Amino acid sequence: MKAVDFDYEQPRSVAETCRLLGETGREARLLAGGQTLAPLLAMRLARPAVVIDINRIEEFQGIDAEAESVVIRACTRQSRALADPIVQSRLPLLAKALSFVGHVQTRNRGTIGGSLANADPSAEIGLAALALDAEIEARSATASRRIPIGDFFISPMVTALAPDECLTVVRFPLPQGAVGTGFREASIRRSDFALAAVAVQLVLERGVCRSLAVSLGGAGATPVKLTAIEHKLLDTRLGDAELAEAGRLAHDAIDAVSDIHASAAHRRRIAGALTMRAIAEARDEALAGRA
Amino acid sequence: MPNVTMTVNGKKMSGNVEPRTLLVQFLRETLGLTGTHVGCDTSQCGCCVVHVNGDGIKSCTILAVQCDGADVKTIEGVANGDELHPMQAAFREHHGLQCGYCTPGMVMSALDLVKHNKNPSEPQIREWLEGNLCRCTGYHNIVKAIKAGAEAMAKARP
Repeated sequence: MKAVDFDYEQPRSVAETCRLLGETGREARLLAGGQTLAPLLAMRLARPAVVIDINRIEEFQGIDAEAESVVIRACTRQSRALADPIVQSRLPLLAKALSFVGHVQTRNRGTIGGSLANADPSAEIGLAALALDAEIEARSATASRRIPIGDFFISPMVTALAPDECLTVVRFPLPQGAVGTGFREASIRRSDFALAAVAVQLVLERGVCRSLAVSLGGAGATPVKLTAIEHKLLDTRLGDAELAEAGRLAHDAIDAVSDIHASAAHRRRIAGALTMRAIAEARDEALAGRA
Repeated sequence: MPNVTMTVNGKKMSGNVEPRTLLVQFLRETLGLTGTHVGCDTSQCGCCVVHVNGDGIKSCTILAVQCDGADVKTIEGVANGDELHPMQAAFREHHGLQCGYCTPGMVMSALDLVKHNKNPSEPQIREWLEGNLCRCTGYHNIVKAIKAGAEAMAKARP
C-alpha cells in the first residue's frame, strides 16, 4: 500500500461533485482517468484527504456536434474521443494530437478534461485545444463560468480553475472554409513526453492564408500561442520563404527549458523544424481539400 | 472498509478493501491472483495490464473500488484449463519471453490488440506495445509471437 489513506467519494451528479469540492477544510482531488493522479498517489506526491471519483457520472460523458462547435464532456475517455466519428471528421487536429497521447492502455482510462485540468506542459490535448481556440466550462457549487483556453494554463500543473471548481465541458469552435491542420511532435520514444510539439490549424482562401493558429508545447512551462508567426504569415501563400521565417520565429520566440531530456537550445531547434513541418502539413491538407 | 464485488475470470469475487487499494493489489493480495505483475507502479511498464469491461488497462493506475461491479480478466483467465491459449502457445513457440516478468502484460495487451485488429502488421504490433516494456529487450520475438498468435487465433475461430 503506497498511497496515503484517503476518504473516497463517488458522487452521482455534477452538482454533487461541486458540492463535495466546495466543502472546506480538507484537501480534495478529483479522480477522472487517474493516469497521472494514481502514480502521484503511489509516489505520495499527492496526499489528498479525499478523492472524488467522477467516473460514474453520465453528465460527464460524451461528445456532441453543435452548429458551430463540438462539445466534449470532461470525463470522456481519450480512446473514445480518438475513435469518435465527430472528432475524426470535424476536429482532425484533436484526432491527430490524441494519437500521440500516452499509449493505448492509458488512453483507455485517461480523459479529455482530466488531461486539460492536469496541465502537464507536454500534454498534447491542451496544445491542440490552444490552437483550436477552445473554451473551458467550469462549475462550482454556486456559479459556472467559461474560460478561454488562452487564459487557462498558468504554469506547470496549474490552471485557472479555483480549488472548488470542476471542469465540466470543453467546447471547440469549428472554422469555416478550406481548413487544414498539422501536428508534429518530437520525443525520445513515440509514447514518451514531448521535447517539443506543434499544433497548427489554418484556413486558405484560393491558396492564401486567411486564418492561422500555431501553438507550441513541451518546450516551456505551458503551451503557448505563437502569435508572431500568425501575424507574419497571414495573407501569404505559405511558400518556402514564409515557412523558413516561421521556423526562425518559433526558434527565437519560445522560452525553452533545459532538463535531462534535452537542452533549451536543442528544444528551440526542434521547435523551429516542427513548426515548419506542421504548417506545411496543414497547408497541403487545405490545398487538397481534405479537411 | 468498502466491500467490492467484481467478476474476475468469469467468477464473482468480493473482498473488503481500503479505498487506496489498487486493482492490482486486490487481484494479487486479496484474491491471490499473482499472475498480474507490478513492475513500475506508475503506468509506465505494462506488466500489470488486465482487461476491465473489455478494455486493456493498467491495473496499477485504477483503484479496486472503482472496479466494483466490473468484469475483469487476468492472465489466469486466458488458458483453457491445462491447454494454453493460442497466444500463450505462440509466446512459448517463438521464445517470446526470457525472464517472463513482462509476459502477463504482453499477452493481455496482445489479446486486446487482436480484438481490435484480427491480422495486425508488425508496425501495428509494435505501436500497440508502446505501453509494455521488456527489460530483457526481447521485443523481436515478442512481436513474432503476437503475429503468430493472432494467426493461430484466426484459424481457431474463423
